[in-house]
Amino acid sequence: MKKLKIIVLAKQVPDTRNVGKNAMKADGTVNRSILPAIFNPEDLNALEQALRIKDKYENTEVNILTMGPPRAAEIIREGIYRGADKSFLLTDRKFAGSDTLATSYAISQAIKKIENYDIIIAGRQAIDGDTAQVGPQIAEKLNIPQVTYCEEIIGISENKIKIKRRLERGIEVVLSDMPILITVHSSAPECRFRNAKFFMKFKHSRTKTELKRENETLKKLNKEREYLNIQEWNVQDVNADTTFLGLDGSPTKVKKIENVIMTSKKETKILDESDESINFLMKNLINNHKLDNF
Amino acid sequence: MKNIFVYCEIEESIILDVSLELLSKAKKLANELNCKLEAIVIGSNLKNIEKQIFPYGVDILHLADNKKLYPYLTLPHTNILTNIFKKEEPNIVLFGATSIGRDIAPRVASALKCGLTADCTSLIIGDYFDRKNKKDYKNLLYQIRPAFGGNIIATIINPEMHPQMATVREGVMKKEIYSENYLGEIKNINVENLLNDEDFIVKIIERHIEKSKINIKNSSVIVAGGYGVGSKKNFEKLFELQTGTTVRPKLYIACGISGAVQHRAGMDESSIIISINKDAKAPINQIADYNVIGDVSKVVPKMIKYYKKNSK
Repeated sequence: MKKLKIIVLAKQVPDTRNVGKNAMKADGTVNRSILPAIFNPEDLNALEQALRIKDKYENTEVNILTMGPPRAAEIIREGIYRGADKSFLLTDRKFAGSDTLATSYAISQAIKKIENYDIIIAGRQAIDGDTAQVGPQIAEKLNIPQVTYCEEIIGISENKIKIKRRLERGIEVVLSDMPILITVHSSAPECRFRNAKFFMKFKHSRTKTELKRENETLKKLNKEREYLNIQEWNVQDVNADTTFLGLDGSPTKVKKIENVIMTSKKETKILDESDESINFLMKNLINNHKLDNF
Repeated sequence: MKNIFVYCEIEESIILDVSLELLSKAKKLANELNCKLEAIVIGSNLKNIEKQIFPYGVDILHLADNKKLYPYLTLPHTNILTNIFKKEEPNIVLFGATSIGRDIAPRVASALKCGLTADCTSLIIGDYFDRKNKKDYKNLLYQIRPAFGGNIIATIINPEMHPQMATVREGVMKKEIYSENYLGEIKNINVENLLNDEDFIVKIIERHIEKSKINIKNSSVIVAGGYGVGSKKNFEKLFELQTGTTVRPKLYIACGISGAVQHRAGMDESSIIISINKDAKAPINQIADYNVIGDVSKVVPKMIKYYKKNSK
């Protein structure tokens, strides 16, 4: 079979699943700095699908691409430790404030620069926004088909790819030509752990911005061993037009942010578990016709 | 004419509830904005489909009826929608936040270079003053949605780029017939001219979709169990709450649930909430009408006992 080139799209996100008491400030706003930054969970499912293709078909190259602040290189390394071959960080202050449309434009420009891809694969959605929009928007910008809600890439032969989708009430199996963009659902298998050999080989991998803060030994290592370099691109590197980026390039604006505060009911009746209390409760419910068809 | 459009989903020639809910909401918005409501149905075997649509107050129904268009495929449906929207220039477009709506809406938004807000829980018409550019915008669509794992509620607007597009989950808006005898106009779309072979590059080779079974959003009583329920045996008495669905029951009984924010956001419109919890300080107690401080395994059997006794 011909060479397969896969690009995994990954995002570093605040771990919104475990927003505990400490994560809320006294004024009721979210304290983002206290939340750990993690590899977006469904992007890990996507990486696993890519690595399984690599296990199955020789001559497969797995690239990982991330857009975010310089520290997003952390999740790129996590991808490399699990088996990604090449890595790219798209980072520039001009990307800040981008909504999904502007983000998809920026990422599609980077993908065009990587070029000659067969499969672009990402998580269905990121847990900080839950929009599931960036994947399909990138596919539209690249003018390639998309298959969302993927649970499993069943197989590849020549230029065809067979994919199982997980929908609300069932499954669908589709067959498509490549290149294609796939978004992966959380029902897909979890990602494998770090590989100890890869970890030892790549633990000194750095972007050029990270290297500026590192010691001479690490700088020297990254200079001598090219495979350690994480490619870092800015707006100019990917030929992006700044009018389509950031707040200016984003049609959606945030008008207002409110914190979720549940308004208390005027009257909460507090009861204990005694027979009298429960009897009172059930009588009340029946009299209020709330239990007609219980 | 800048109207409101709703993309309606079908399953075997039946319009899905989520689409009818969107039509109900869109009709109210259309009346407020004094514009028309237009619906789009793309699929096959659509004869008489208008009978399901017009009672919701739809003025114009765009119909693409062709055997190649069902089941849903991303590219042909996107192509048809993009064509209609470029011609009709809608003010607002609504989609269900389903696996179909969330597949097609972003692709259409990208093609039209317009904004899209996912999973809105509320849609309101309002004005906006842009302080930076000193510009006044009248009658924008406020797209209100939870964000950041449900910890904040954001109001999103699209001042410049239209259409204003949004997706809404099933069960969020209320399905309401506008008028049984409402009659709109049907516009048939000439599909053959619009589609080409490249639109059918993705082929469905297998499809197993179950009919929707228990639909909790229509239940009048919901019993939900959390970690505090304790044993598996206790849990067998209860129905599990489906996450990700907004429910509007008449009665909601939360057994041993502390009330994580997402959970509460999905159920706070219930008319009566009973919280059974050992922890008197559980967050859910703040929004409960009745707060039973006690052990679920003792309280639930007593509730059954006294229900039987009092209902005779």
